[in-house]
Amino acid sequence: MIPLSWYLILAAAIFCIGVYGVLARRNAVAILMSIELMLNAVNINLVAFWRYMSPGVISGQAFAVMVFAVAASEAAVGLALIISIYRRRFTVAAEEIDMLKW
Amino acid sequence: MTLVQILFLLFGLVTLLASLMVVTSPKLVHAAFWLILALAGVAALFILLEATFLAVVQVVVYIGAIAILIIFAVMLTRRVMHDTGPQVNRSWWVALLVSLVLFGGLVLMLAQVPALAGTPAPLMVDQETLLEDLGRALVDADRYVLPFELASVLLMASMIGAIFVARPPSGSEERSGER
Repeated sequence: MIPLSWYLILAAAIFCIGVYGVLARRNAVAILMSIELMLNAVNINLVAFWRYMSPGVISGQAFAVMVFAVAASEAAVGLALIISIYRRRFTVAAEEIDMLKW
Repeated sequence: MTLVQILFLLFGLVTLLASLMVVTSPKLVHAAFWLILALAGVAALFILLEATFLAVVQVVVYIGAIAILIIFAVMLTRRVMHDTGPQVNRSWWVALLVSLVLFGGLVLMLAQVPALAGTPAPLMVDQETLLEDLGRALVDADRYVLPFELASVLLMASMIGAIFVARPPSGSEERSGER
């Protein structure tokens, strides 16, 4: 069988790839995609810990379902914001959206 | 090396490569397609973890809804950042450093936890019982009914908010002419 650490290292790698994407990409849609990657890494961890540590208690899967709901609402609101900004400012580059910066 | 381990390495490698392509692909549409592959790889990992219901939910919610939503957003905003020019900002090397340091720290931390090398006990119950337990846990007053209802309220609020935010501004013709 597969050791638990394999899953954890894979999830850590995917999470760090997501961190790089969030920090480095210019396009706001690409940043949202990287956030989805990070949420997926968290889900892998939740399900792996459920399977290896406490398969009798269903809480790991229940929390993964919550993460799904949060990811869906985050994607909907984030993409609506991006489309709204695109309508008003004709840009989706993150560094050009700086109205709140001083 | 058993068959399950080979399958894990295969799916893990596909997921990892697809994730790398998501953050490095210069064309945003290609990045969205790579994201779909990465999400499918995660669904396969869920099947390896014997969480079959979550694998189905992953395909339905992530690939069916979120990835399609992202592709729509890419199509709607693609005129501005024409797939040319730099896709990363000036300080991308700081981001690379941060993520590498984070990964190194996480791996070092994992190496110090002793209980991670063990293999899991086989599941005592079959998948139907597991799914029934999950369904009951989500509506049981003693377990997760409050987070579940909170998640549904959050989903509805975000749906209304998304409709409100994405609505075209009133008098958008003058505003776009003015620019």
